[in-house]
Amino acid sequence: MVIFLQNLVNALQWGSFYALIALGYSMVYSILMLFNFAHGDIFMVGAYIGFGVSVGLVGLTHSGALAMPNWLILALTILISMFLTSFVGMIVERVGYRPLRNAPRASAAITGLMIGIILETGNLILLGARRVSFPSLIDTATYDVGGVILTNKKIMIVVVSLLLTLALHQFVRRTKWGMAMRAMAFDFVVVPLMGVPVDTVVALTFAIGSALAAAAGILFGIAYPVLDPYMGIVFGWKAFVAAILGGRGSILGATLAGFLLGFTEIFVAMVFPSTLRDLIAYSIILLILTFRPHGFFGEPYSARLRL
Amino acid sequence: MRKGSRFGVCVLVVVMAFSLTGRVQAETIRIGINAPLTGDIPKVGEGTKFAAQLWLEDVKKAGGITVGKKKIPVELVLEDNESKAESAVKVATKMITEDGVLVMVGPQASKQAVPAGGIANNYKTPMITPWSTNPDTTKDRPYVFRACFLDPFQGPVLANFITSEFKFTKAAVLYDVASDYPKGLAEFFRQAWEKLHGKGSVVAYESFTTKDTDFSSQLTKIINSGAQVLFTPQYYNEVALIVPQAHQLGWKKPIVGSDSWGSAELVNLCGKDCYGDFFSTHYAAAGAKGATKAFIDRYKAKYGYVPDDVAALTWDAINLAQTAIQNTGGLTGDLKKDRENVRNAMAGIKKFRGITGDMTFSGTGDPSKCAVIVKISDKGEFTFYKSVCP
Repeated sequence: MVIFLQNLVNALQWGSFYALIALGYSMVYSILMLFNFAHGDIFMVGAYIGFGVSVGLVGLTHSGALAMPNWLILALTILISMFLTSFVGMIVERVGYRPLRNAPRASAAITGLMIGIILETGNLILLGARRVSFPSLIDTATYDVGGVILTNKKIMIVVVSLLLTLALHQFVRRTKWGMAMRAMAFDFVVVPLMGVPVDTVVALTFAIGSALAAAAGILFGIAYPVLDPYMGIVFGWKAFVAAILGGRGSILGATLAGFLLGFTEIFVAMVFPSTLRDLIAYSIILLILTFRPHGFFGEPYSARLRL
Repeated sequence: MRKGSRFGVCVLVVVMAFSLTGRVQAETIRIGINAPLTGDIPKVGEGTKFAAQLWLEDVKKAGGITVGKKKIPVELVLEDNESKAESAVKVATKMITEDGVLVMVGPQASKQAVPAGGIANNYKTPMITPWSTNPDTTKDRPYVFRACFLDPFQGPVLANFITSEFKFTKAAVLYDVASDYPKGLAEFFRQAWEKLHGKGSVVAYESFTTKDTDFSSQLTKIINSGAQVLFTPQYYNEVALIVPQAHQLGWKKPIVGSDSWGSAELVNLCGKDCYGDFFSTHYAAAGAKGATKAFIDRYKAKYGYVPDDVAALTWDAINLAQTAIQNTGGLTGDLKKDRENVRNAMAGIKKFRGITGDMTFSGTGDPSKCAVIVKISDKGEFTFYKSVCP
């Protein structure tokens, strides 16, 4: 029982990353019918920007110019990095996707892969192959709850990612821009005729998705403090799976699917030999998709297919 | 015409080779140093060169090597292999056929030592590599030797160390199933551990694949398996993820690793979490005693930094070569014969006292030697803890 609960905690943390990244995939997909394959690398860039910002802030504090408590540094790091990374997302959209908006979807998908490679190798040239150690902004506190070991970092990661998901949900449901996004997801041809600025809405979508990826990157850096330029690839693939599994454009779906993916991986490794983890975990996902090809909350898109 | 000229070249080469081997050689002994002075790992080449020069200083002071009753001066033939396999082969061929070296020391990395070993063996010239741990370097090559232990050797070493040091009987292993070095070492460790403590004494044998960052599920299993120690033969960047995660999941027992831990980067990435843990390696500079300390002090005084394991192993390799030359009891002057005699003498060395530990050879070219267990101190330094023998 203790092992089960411990793995539940492990899975919650691991699923948080998938969920946050899957949201970015899902939002872009719902509007443009396009998978932004550079998204995993934007997650990586976000983590590195977070690294830069936090090192800068820690340096400021140490030099005595601006003394800040650690929690403030952490909060500022997350906010500033989200802000900066959203521009990376918008640049990617402007350079990579907008010129190809009316091109075949396959071309745009390939653009994403290429931008991903550019981001990876660009980072490699800029910072070298040496791995970077993310500064530990908060001291780890460990709590023992009836044999289940929790840390303050784990709790923070899960809480922050759930809060961000909730904020996104509110934004999409309650604001005018959110309404524009939903409308565009519904019909990409007619809605612009009603005076909705397409380019702005698309850019905003990329910005929000990238900001969430940056948040995921920083939380990741806190939990797994070794960053390398290729960290986003496998993560991108798996979050992509979560986005599909969640259903097109569904925030709730992407979040749930992200956590489900985390749970599957962790619990498969708990029950079976860990060597078989991904094999079994992704066979399960494949099976789910066989029976629910549109994901949890997706609808058949015959009427909306725009290929 | 073409065939004729090719034949002519062949004859010329053969004649040259014979004239070389026929040359009277007794007045100087030439020792080849095949080192990566440029390329990927110039620091390794530098360590090789510096250690060789220190050795030459000693020999010159003594007026040469005493072979039989004569003192014979020595000359080093130092060549750069650019850290490339092709260049290492070229350098080896040149040293053997043109420079007429009696013994070749190096190359260092297995990438170069494996092909160069083939050349040395074909030309029947003794070669001794200080640093190459790949089994293929010396396999089926009677003329090739090494001064370090082999990859498969560390498993039993660590199993013995943990058993004698902590008196533990239950161990857990966490390794990367997609990488040869950890996978092999994990298996060797398991075999050795089960030989000591019986079947089922490795209570958790968990794996992951390269690039994984989350080990929480595996570590939860390990923590609840009742293991007393965790062995993880991973590279330093993965160690920096595994060790803190283990601690955050409540693991308070020792964690032990292999020579892949031994990078200065480890402490930068892992921080305080890695303090107090152990790993096995070739040699430890901090806390060394006796001849090892004397070498380190001399090296540091002359070149300004603490020598790494390559420099120390090179020192041992050259001294092994010197011992072998002295054990021949006298050089005939016929290079071909002398090379054979040196090879036989080297194969005849049963025990050798090196600064990286005592070595025993049993006819394979691979020494059986003690590994050094390093403890990561509270200041993040790699300190000598114990030397463990197979």
